[in-house]
Amino acid sequence: MKPLRMIIVAVGGQGNLLASKVLGEAALIEGVEVRMSEIHGMAQRGGVVESSIIFGDASSSIISDGEADILLGFEPAETLRAIARCSANTKVITNTATLPPFTVGIGKGTYPEVDEIKRVLKEKTAGLVAIDAMALAREAGSPMSVNIVLLGALIQTGALGFSKENVKAAIKRRIKPALVEMNLNAFDLGFEAAAAGTV
Amino acid sequence: MHKLLKDSPGEKIMLLGNEAIARGAVEAGVAFATTYPGTPSSEVSLNLFQMSRESDLYFEYSTNEKVALEVAAAAANSGLRTFCMMKHVGLNVAADPLMTLAYIGVTAGMVILTADDPAMFSSQNEQDNRYYAKFGHFPMFEPSCVAEAKDMIKEAFELSETLKQPVILRTTTRINHSNAFVTFGDIKERQTNGRFERNPMRCVTVPAVARRLHVKLLERMDKAAGMSEASAFNFVTGQGVWGVVANGVSYHYALDAVKDLGIESKVKILRPGFSNPMPKDKIKDFLSGCEKVLVIEEGEPFMEEAIKAFAQEAGLVIPIQGKTDTLFTSLGEFHPAMVRENIAAFFGIDFTPAPKIDTSDIPEIANRPPNLCSGCSHRATFYAIKKAAQGMDVIHPSDIGCYTLGFMPPLSIGDFVICMGGSVSTSCGFSKATDQKVVSVIGDSTFFHSGITGLVNAVFNRHNFTLVILENGITAMTGHQPHPGVDMELMGMDGYGRVNIENLVKALGVEHVSVIKPFKVKKSIETLKEAMAFDGVSVVISQEPCILWAKSIKLKKPRAFEVTDKCTDHKECINGIACPSFYIEEGRVKIDADTCVGCALCAQICPENAIRPLK
Repeated sequence: MKPLRMIIVAVGGQGNLLASKVLGEAALIEGVEVRMSEIHGMAQRGGVVESSIIFGDASSSIISDGEADILLGFEPAETLRAIARCSANTKVITNTATLPPFTVGIGKGTYPEVDEIKRVLKEKTAGLVAIDAMALAREAGSPMSVNIVLLGALIQTGALGFSKENVKAAIKRRIKPALVEMNLNAFDLGFEAAAAGTV
Repeated sequence: MHKLLKDSPGEKIMLLGNEAIARGAVEAGVAFATTYPGTPSSEVSLNLFQMSRESDLYFEYSTNEKVALEVAAAAANSGLRTFCMMKHVGLNVAADPLMTLAYIGVTAGMVILTADDPAMFSSQNEQDNRYYAKFGHFPMFEPSCVAEAKDMIKEAFELSETLKQPVILRTTTRINHSNAFVTFGDIKERQTNGRFERNPMRCVTVPAVARRLHVKLLERMDKAAGMSEASAFNFVTGQGVWGVVANGVSYHYALDAVKDLGIESKVKILRPGFSNPMPKDKIKDFLSGCEKVLVIEEGEPFMEEAIKAFAQEAGLVIPIQGKTDTLFTSLGEFHPAMVRENIAAFFGIDFTPAPKIDTSDIPEIANRPPNLCSGCSHRATFYAIKKAAQGMDVIHPSDIGCYTLGFMPPLSIGDFVICMGGSVSTSCGFSKATDQKVVSVIGDSTFFHSGITGLVNAVFNRHNFTLVILENGITAMTGHQPHPGVDMELMGMDGYGRVNIENLVKALGVEHVSVIKPFKVKKSIETLKEAMAFDGVSVVISQEPCILWAKSIKLKKPRAFEVTDKCTDHKECINGIACPSFYIEEGRVKIDADTCVGCALCAQICPENAIRPLK
């Protein structure tokens, strides 16, 4: 497979690393080579967590500026912050539910308007899918399933080329049995929301 | 059963680099493992710890890296395959026993992991520990990917056993924290019952013995040099008159770059994986067919300087470059585009990178710095220290751990941080060198690591400062590993002792020792004031479990608070403690009920008593 480079950005605690592992497991099922790299350590303390995933025939495990084929953002401001990783050919999928940094919460920093974030992302990249993954996660049964809602949206866009069934099989392998049903539901809600178009 | 203990050769599984390293050690028959936790090495030890609970593998979290290495040295000289793990700066702590262990050597395979952190994702410096291998005379392996890391550690144990010399496995964050598919191999049977054969002429390094051992060490390294020449980990790919030498992750960036640039027919790449001693003849042979050579290595010009020296010996006058003003830097991490651009520039290839997105007109986004967690007890302790020290000219030496983040306003506790244990010893210095008041902080794990020795020094030399030991009951920063003060029964683990910090500090001779519960704010401030008024060394132990830890072992049930209508907008809560659960909505302070854990710190400092438990 031609190399396909994907960046996931999130705030610590949103489940970025688990989402990456589900995709890695899906790649194993699909028979696609994959290398991933993650940055944690400070993650639990409210910082940014970033994963790079490289599918197919390349040998590196990180992604330089301008070279991501897909950007998956779990938080809109973080999606925008990662735009330097994109080119005009990058497909962007983002959550629209915000988690303002503490500095913004106490009025000492600016959080851009979500509509403005969407406009910029849409203008500068090859396409944007924006969904309120938090609302869908709550609908599925837990705010913790935001990550899987977004995987559903990612798979619907076809940008990755993985089948829905294989990703669901990967969810079953990687998520605790008691939470599998809820997460499969979350996946479907994300998938449908992306199919319905952008928010 | 732990996934890394499975005896299922041929199984393909996705592993984190650190898991692959732990699995490699298990496949190599490791029987004895020691560590002090440190990112990016932490998950290697975590996995071995978990496996030790369900197998006859011995594992311990030692009080610091020096202790870990000394414990390991004894096991490896009793015939057990031994693994000692640490982050790069940890090897500095262990450097003293390291340099002499090189002389003594081992009787069974011993591997020392140093996990280096280029770009300092979670470290205080980005030192290049390849020099320790050269400095101390250790054979060294450097993997380029996750799967290779597993294979290399097995080879490292074999080599160590052949040479009777510890072998260094040097990784970087991008190996430790990358995931890739790994295929399980056979598991070698563990030899867990050792025996030490007395041999003072090898093991007691009085000068007369050590002089002879130094000669033997050089002989062993000569033998290692021959093995490096023949090692399959030192290989050349491709053919051509343009040479690239690349180690670690850089090798893969180089491979991708050569393909992207379409110069496969012109470039050959040398990948040193058995990188100390460097394979001199193999390198000379490589150089002799080259018109010019580019050396690609993160960190210092370790290979570059050696390669230039080899070229000089071989009488080769060809351009060999790596770190220059216009090519690679010694700073930070490399990435694929940087490597591609420098290869293109060095060999004169026309290459136009894809146009980058114009980010000049992107709306401003507030930074998202890491922060002490909602309900973190350090916040309460720091608030109390600040109140107790109000109006005084105070220096706050701090140390390595979550609480280092307290240096940021509004708490601003943290004026000088260099290394683990450093807060105590630097307090000694500041208190002698200045007339300022010194109130320093240290975590409990860090206190055991190397804070104790500084405190002993302070007692003996009659220094004058207040040390606040933040006893949160776990090593929090690296992911909740045990330390000698932890109650292991809370985790359902028996067979451990427990060191009481209060008794220990008193036994060291500290005359003024007090204990606070930091969420009792007024009482804590009073106790701290008393301690600070004491002339001499005083210690305040602030006891409250790490909130993340307490939640995970179900010691605490979060109960959110709210700001009621009584609030008249003093904002003492936000300006004084800055808990991340606060936010402002329409000019009013609110508390996010999803993240508030009910520590009640803000409720106690609110002048109007306006913060109450949520009904």
